[in-house]
Amino acid sequence: MALKGFASFAIRKAIAAIITIFAIVCVNFLIFRMVPGDPIRMMFRDPRITAEQMQLVREKFGLDKPLWEQFNCYLTELFQGNLGISFWQKRPVLEVIADRIPQTLLLVVTALAIAVILGTILGAIAGWKTGTKIDSFILGISLTLYSVPTFCMGIIFLLIFAFQLAIFPLGGISTAASGLTGFGYWKDVLWHMFLPAISIVLWYGGEYVLLTRSSMQDASGQDYITTARAKGLKESAVLRNHALRNALLPVVTITGVNLAFAVAGIIEAETVFSWPGVGRLVYDAVMKRDYPLLQGTFLVFAVAVVLANLVVDLIYGYIDPRIKVGKSE
Amino acid sequence: MALLEVENLKIYYFTREGAVKAVDDVSFSVDRDETLGLIGESGCGKTTAVFAIMRFVAPPGRIVGGKIIFDGNDIITMSNEEIRLLRGKGIAMVFQAAQNALNPVMTVGKQITEVILEHERITKEESWERAKRQLELVGIGSERVKNYPHEFSGGMKQRVMIAIATACNPRLLILDEPVTGLDVIVQRQLLTLINKLRKELRLPIIFITHDLSVIAETCGKVAVMYAGKIVEQASTVSLYENPVHPYSQALIRAYPSIKGEKRGLKSIPGAPPRLINPPIGCRFHPRCPYAVNICREEEPIFRKKNGHLVACHSIK
Repeated sequence: MALKGFASFAIRKAIAAIITIFAIVCVNFLIFRMVPGDPIRMMFRDPRITAEQMQLVREKFGLDKPLWEQFNCYLTELFQGNLGISFWQKRPVLEVIADRIPQTLLLVVTALAIAVILGTILGAIAGWKTGTKIDSFILGISLTLYSVPTFCMGIIFLLIFAFQLAIFPLGGISTAASGLTGFGYWKDVLWHMFLPAISIVLWYGGEYVLLTRSSMQDASGQDYITTARAKGLKESAVLRNHALRNALLPVVTITGVNLAFAVAGIIEAETVFSWPGVGRLVYDAVMKRDYPLLQGTFLVFAVAVVLANLVVDLIYGYIDPRIKVGKSE
Repeated sequence: MALLEVENLKIYYFTREGAVKAVDDVSFSVDRDETLGLIGESGCGKTTAVFAIMRFVAPPGRIVGGKIIFDGNDIITMSNEEIRLLRGKGIAMVFQAAQNALNPVMTVGKQITEVILEHERITKEESWERAKRQLELVGIGSERVKNYPHEFSGGMKQRVMIAIATACNPRLLILDEPVTGLDVIVQRQLLTLINKLRKELRLPIIFITHDLSVIAETCGKVAVMYAGKIVEQASTVSLYENPVHPYSQALIRAYPSIKGEKRGLKSIPGAPPRLINPPIGCRFHPRCPYAVNICREEEPIFRKKNGHLVACHSIK
């Protein structure tokens, strides 16, 4: 019975997600048709190209057809997994993006995981000990970190640790022509990952501290905390089983949404540190006016956000008993 | 010696504007097999006083004087660990507004077993059996042990709270306005339950309320509080029939009587004083119809009259 309820809840959420993705596909398609300029002219900036040749390419890409037909065509191809050809790399967009996803996953998942764990622990401590010196200390640092833009922190780190002190590389994911393999190669990757990861951890960690702190403050003022103390529970049990358990609910929401970045990449950090991930790809696509690639990355980003939200919804139905899961009677 | 003796208890809240004398020189006692009602308007210090018995007074509040002797030990000077072991086991408490007093993301069974496992050396399975028995004791089917608080009505949540409070057979139960905010039928059911438990478990109870009829249902002895002080203590029946202190009289006149003759209700003119700067002399004198000069100058001491302990200058 409960499983049936959960299944119908999951199905309803999944249908909603599919409708959302379809709407995004439409908007995504329209945005790029509304951008001024002729994509074909962008492709060939060579004066020797003749009007006929341009017309031929236009026909080949189907850009001579009316908008409705183009949309029809776009959808059909999309369903077959064809996101078009990148102007810049002259390769299928999907392939270009797929090449970048592992690097982004590596960096963002690692950094976010550290940020979530550190941020929630420090935030919980600060919230539980509101008004004490340790709270002011944690709050001060996280507010500062949270208000500094990622790219700014990244540039400062580059300047100090990579340029002045030269203990970390300036960018990239591995040393060129190093010939390293196996363990040595991974050590090299971790060394390259350190600065971009730290700047993501600091920025997102600050966000998690602030969020956990305020929801912890909220939870620790609730009557059920007094009840827990009246039971004679140890202070650590009150904190863990009663305050933290309730305070973490909003943290789960934010974590889910942030997880979308795991696929989409974090543009600022990846750009500053030349990390070859999806975020950096977005930046390059903009600089190179690579519309099909940009359109593809936008779609991947949007789908990632929708899916992450779907996962959060499903988890929420599980961890918060108050959210009635598909009870219809 | 009584089970609980509170002597000259003083609790002040230190605010920027000055010290708020929430509880000022309050003394009362509860014997084994006795039920004490603590009655007074909102903000008169009754909750603060019993919170001190659990040592729940937190900054800016501070216990600045007095003694709270429970079973021969002074609660105020106990170590944190001693008071923790006393909570839930020696003294249990049920709070106002059970809506928020239960953890929303934990099953009620878990919330009952938690207190048992903290104080007794038994296995988890045994504690769940106990939890089921506790639920049945308060009139909830044991099959609901895995339910969450939001699946219960307000009255049932309060029953769960009582199940938690009585789970470790405490020696004293404090009920802080346990039926406030519930409809009268549910109130009635809960009071019946409380009376049943009191008799079956022989449980001494401190019952806080601002509702006179609730006190009449449950308590043998009543203490009337006004502006941080107790003004009259007596047996419940006697207080109803012959209130001595002008405030007690006014309180009873302000309440409708169902059985007695029909009479108009009289409200008490004025408002309770601010406790930062309470009136000099008797704290009730600005609202008292019988106030004379001495009431404005000297604080009244307790005197006996008709078996009542009353702090009023009108008694000689």
